[in-house]
Amino acid sequence: MSSISTQINPRSDVFQANEASMLGEVNKLRELTAAVAQGGGSKARERHESRGKLFVRDRIDHLIDEGSPFLEFSALAAHNIYDSEIPAAGVVTGIGRVSGVECVIVANDATVKGGTYFPLTVKKHIRAQEIARKHRLPCIYLVDSGGAFLPRQDEVFPDRDHFGRIFYNQATMSAEGIPQIAVVMGSCTAGGAYVPAMADESIIVKEQGTIFLGGPPLVKAATGESISAEDLGGADVHAKVSGVADHYAENDAHALQLARACVSRLNWQKRGKLAMQAPKPPKLDPAELYGIVGTDLKKPYDVREVIGRIVDDSDFDEFKRYYGETLVTGFAHIHGFPVGIVANNGVLFSESAVKGAHFIELCAQRKIPLIFLQNITGFMVGSKYEHEGIAKHGAKLVTAVACAKVPKYTVLIGGSFGAGNYGMCGRAYDPNLLFMWPNARISVMGGEQAAGVLAQVKREQHEREGREWSKEEEEAFKQPTREQYEHQGHPYYASARLWDDGVIDPLQTRDVLGLSLAAAMNAEVEETRFGVFRM
Amino acid sequence: MSHTSVTENAARKTPFDTLLVANRGEIACRVMRTARRMGLKTVAVYSDADATARHVREADEAVRLGPAAARESYLNIDAVIEAAKRTGTGAIHPGYGFLSENGSFVKALEEAGITFVGPPASAIAAMGDKSAAKARMANAGVPLVPGYHGDNQDDALLRSEADKIGYPVMLKASAGGGGKGMRVVESGDVFQAALDGCRRESKAAFGDDRMLIEKYLVQPRHVEVQVFCDRHGNGVYLFERDCSVQRRHQKVIEEAPAPGMTAELRSAMGDAAVRAAQEIGYVGAGTVEFLLDIDGSFYFMEMNTRLQVEHPVTEMITGQDLVEWQLRVAMGEPLPCTQDELTITGHSFEARIYAEDPDQDFLPATGLLTRFALDLEGAGLSADQVRLDSGVESGDTVSMHYDPMLAKLIVHGADRDAALATLNRALAALDVQGVVTNRAFLMRLATHPGFKNVELDTRFIERNEATLFAPRTYSMEAYASAALIGLHQLAQECESDSPWDRHDGFRLNAPHTIRIALCDPSDVQASDKDDAVVIVEGKRNAGEALWNLTIGDDTLTASLQPLTGDAVAVTLNGHRRRLQARRDGHVVVMADPSGETRLFWRRIDAIDHGHHEAESTLTAPMNGTVVALLVEPGVAVEKGMPLMVMEAMKMEHTMTAPADGSVETFHFQAGDTVNQGAVLLDFAANE
Repeated sequence: MSSISTQINPRSDVFQANEASMLGEVNKLRELTAAVAQGGGSKARERHESRGKLFVRDRIDHLIDEGSPFLEFSALAAHNIYDSEIPAAGVVTGIGRVSGVECVIVANDATVKGGTYFPLTVKKHIRAQEIARKHRLPCIYLVDSGGAFLPRQDEVFPDRDHFGRIFYNQATMSAEGIPQIAVVMGSCTAGGAYVPAMADESIIVKEQGTIFLGGPPLVKAATGESISAEDLGGADVHAKVSGVADHYAENDAHALQLARACVSRLNWQKRGKLAMQAPKPPKLDPAELYGIVGTDLKKPYDVREVIGRIVDDSDFDEFKRYYGETLVTGFAHIHGFPVGIVANNGVLFSESAVKGAHFIELCAQRKIPLIFLQNITGFMVGSKYEHEGIAKHGAKLVTAVACAKVPKYTVLIGGSFGAGNYGMCGRAYDPNLLFMWPNARISVMGGEQAAGVLAQVKREQHEREGREWSKEEEEAFKQPTREQYEHQGHPYYASARLWDDGVIDPLQTRDVLGLSLAAAMNAEVEETRFGVFRM
Repeated sequence: MSHTSVTENAARKTPFDTLLVANRGEIACRVMRTARRMGLKTVAVYSDADATARHVREADEAVRLGPAAARESYLNIDAVIEAAKRTGTGAIHPGYGFLSENGSFVKALEEAGITFVGPPASAIAAMGDKSAAKARMANAGVPLVPGYHGDNQDDALLRSEADKIGYPVMLKASAGGGGKGMRVVESGDVFQAALDGCRRESKAAFGDDRMLIEKYLVQPRHVEVQVFCDRHGNGVYLFERDCSVQRRHQKVIEEAPAPGMTAELRSAMGDAAVRAAQEIGYVGAGTVEFLLDIDGSFYFMEMNTRLQVEHPVTEMITGQDLVEWQLRVAMGEPLPCTQDELTITGHSFEARIYAEDPDQDFLPATGLLTRFALDLEGAGLSADQVRLDSGVESGDTVSMHYDPMLAKLIVHGADRDAALATLNRALAALDVQGVVTNRAFLMRLATHPGFKNVELDTRFIERNEATLFAPRTYSMEAYASAALIGLHQLAQECESDSPWDRHDGFRLNAPHTIRIALCDPSDVQASDKDDAVVIVEGKRNAGEALWNLTIGDDTLTASLQPLTGDAVAVTLNGHRRRLQARRDGHVVVMADPSGETRLFWRRIDAIDHGHHEAESTLTAPMNGTVVALLVEPGVAVEKGMPLMVMEAMKMEHTMTAPADGSVETFHFQAGDTVNQGAVLLDFAANE
């Protein structure tokens, strides 16, 4: 193996400025994450806890193995989207280790609008299930929700990926042998009742959990029957009479203990097999990532400096180093897992695209997981490139990325623009997980380019009409486009809409990838069959 | 046996090529080590409890003696002789304890034509009868504690005898015992009053008011002299050992030479010791024990006619192998050295490692020794400074059947201070897991200022009880270190490389957070809210080396760096300390030369695993035998009343009523063997 050597000077002004600006972004991210972690706020939380219930994040802490990691997804979901803030979209999701088994946890936060499902709550819940299916991870639902948010029923109920999909996923995952465990810790009304009912095993908390298709008000209205929630569908009813729940818990802590016991009885075996190495931390100091990358997407740096701070022992075996140099490909290990890394080092040319396709074929053949480090303005344009068929060469890369069945992880470490996003395994290409750094930007093209394109069209229109268009006018025309792209390309904007699985601190990238790869090994690595490559 | 016959025996050289060690534990291992070096075949004997014990593993051959009980195995003379015959043994080394001072055994060996590595039966007999021995010592000019043991009980005569002895004196009832009719008299003018009082008490207690008088030694030290005699009439002394630090007459830490010894006193005591040995025709290794008074006078106590437990300190300062001496003498060779050739180099300590819990009145401990090792490298010690004479290794079981001494840690240094520093380092380097030992107590003793300052006497432990057994309080540094060490140990113990096995509370875009609850191991039952429990919260962002710890109102930065062996460096607020860190179950064990700290460690976010009803059963605290049932089932008892007595390793343990109520059923009868944790009886408490 070959060690990556660094050309970085941590004392340089550029480095220092980069570091300060990235640290600023990371601190903003930490502050926002901390605010989101408060859920519905201290008042709602006090009310919640006064009823003897644990706060959603405390539930997760109790559920997972002591001190073990929790890889949370999309903490910024629904950030700045609805009229009022719905922190984390009212549901906390992520991978946590329970009784030694990596599980996907979906936990309603009843302190946020009673845990009701907003459109993005549904999207986040379903995304967590997708991740579980892809990684073959048991699912644990900590249910405490009033069901669909009725005022937005048109956005949560009827479509394919709306509420019903949750139960479809439960049924089909169970069919695939992926365990579904529900812990009813609060309301489970109407559609929500199907979460425990569809589960392989369910647990209900005494005097807290209720399950019913129609709550007391609906019953009263429909049949005139007057009945309390507890008598209608409490723990005693479901554990002793109806059989909708399998285990009876005294309180939240006991319920979580029972859930841990459920997982310990799964006879769970990981199916993925990789030739592992003993993990080693990078030789190069990961803390230097901030100073290398900075937040100015226009400032170039060698992506190997980033790779060297993420992979084991900073050891990276490059493939086709001197060919198609704007795409860096090579083999490395992360936390002991062998990976193929595909990383941008400039605009994509035909050679880079073909090289990338070749490398992805190698990894798919060898069943080595792929890591995409995206920092891409797009494919090269111009007659020379069009004539040599950059479109078909780019298509090869896109085909390879789309078809490769090995676990794929994408990190947006810089720009993610245009077709570059496709060739580098953007969201549409179904990476197992996709994360963004706080300095990253995502849009169909860069704000400047978009403004330029639109201005060019406008100028041509002016010229056709024989009108003058001053530089000032053009600048004024471009500015809103730039602002729009900057706003919509921002990681928080993206993450709020679940275009990714979370914005992460660059320093946590290595651990995030390691945790993800380890989780992926629950599933067998599938054989790949590629489509037709246009030659 | 007279001198003449000894000399006659000496003419006969008695070479042997096979040595049977009629003992177990560390001494059997230690004797065989030298025997092997001398080219002898080694034979071990064992009881059923010791079938795979270390001494058996290390021997060339081993023969079963019988069941676990010592009287049926290690004390069974016929079985030992039979074992010797089966293995063609030429000589038997008895070690210490068991048959080592048993005259019948020595006679039986003489009859069987097997060499006994030790003195002749006559010498053992001579020292076995304590009062006869004292008379012979007096004849040989060996000083005895002055006293009056006469029949004349006239007041004035007793007073004048007391005056002669010199105050303070001890008045004792001749028929006495148990402290009754016993008084220290400080001066002549209070003698009569004390005498009257003693007589009254004695009369009431024993129906006999005869008194004896002995000199009362205020701060006596226990100083013993190692002597050696061969069959050619040679006798030497290998200087003295100070064994003053004792707990209930059991030696704890021994050293050689005795501090403050002058050359004159040394040769006076040495000569007296050799005289004592030769008076009784002694052959081999022996120890003459003296009480050394504060004024430098010394008095004969008794002679041990065997190799002592603490002989290694003598070996360390003289450079001699006493077992080799014993074997050579037994083969009929003359002593390897003359008195003039023997010298003292440096200073040596020995600490006895017992499986016992000093915080529970030294209750013997049993169980599986998951680890027993000395980490010299981690402690920065070299092998020539430290010697570990051990009868056990990692993976051995400590049974209830025998003496709970596991090993002896022996150190050597240029002088007493250097040796003591090494002792503390070595004690810290000792890693014992699975079975409670007295190690922490030894460290408290060895680091005690009084011990360092040689304020030694046989009542040292008694006098310093307050400081040696004080309830433990821990510094903030101790809590902080323990919190990080516990985490580090968890990571170390992780079998997989999976990043999911990390224990530092990884969270995205948030500080990794740990919350650790710590308490004294005796407060395990305490909840997070109890004062006994200290909560350490640590936070650290990705990429940061230092934890920010919060302990109560205090905050400090902390980091841990693993070093070699089990050593770690913990840096708190920029102050780096080197520690030896280990784990014993849930207890984090931290040791450095200043002592050992044990803290129970658990995470605060651990689920409360249920509300256990107060147990209404009583369980055996250790493996042992039921001695007696003290109450009838169904009969009302008060809280604290004794219900049952168990015995293990010669110690009795009483089960008492946990509340007012009555015993429903006893599950065992007197004589039954019980295992640790077994439910002994069901108890019904009154509502």
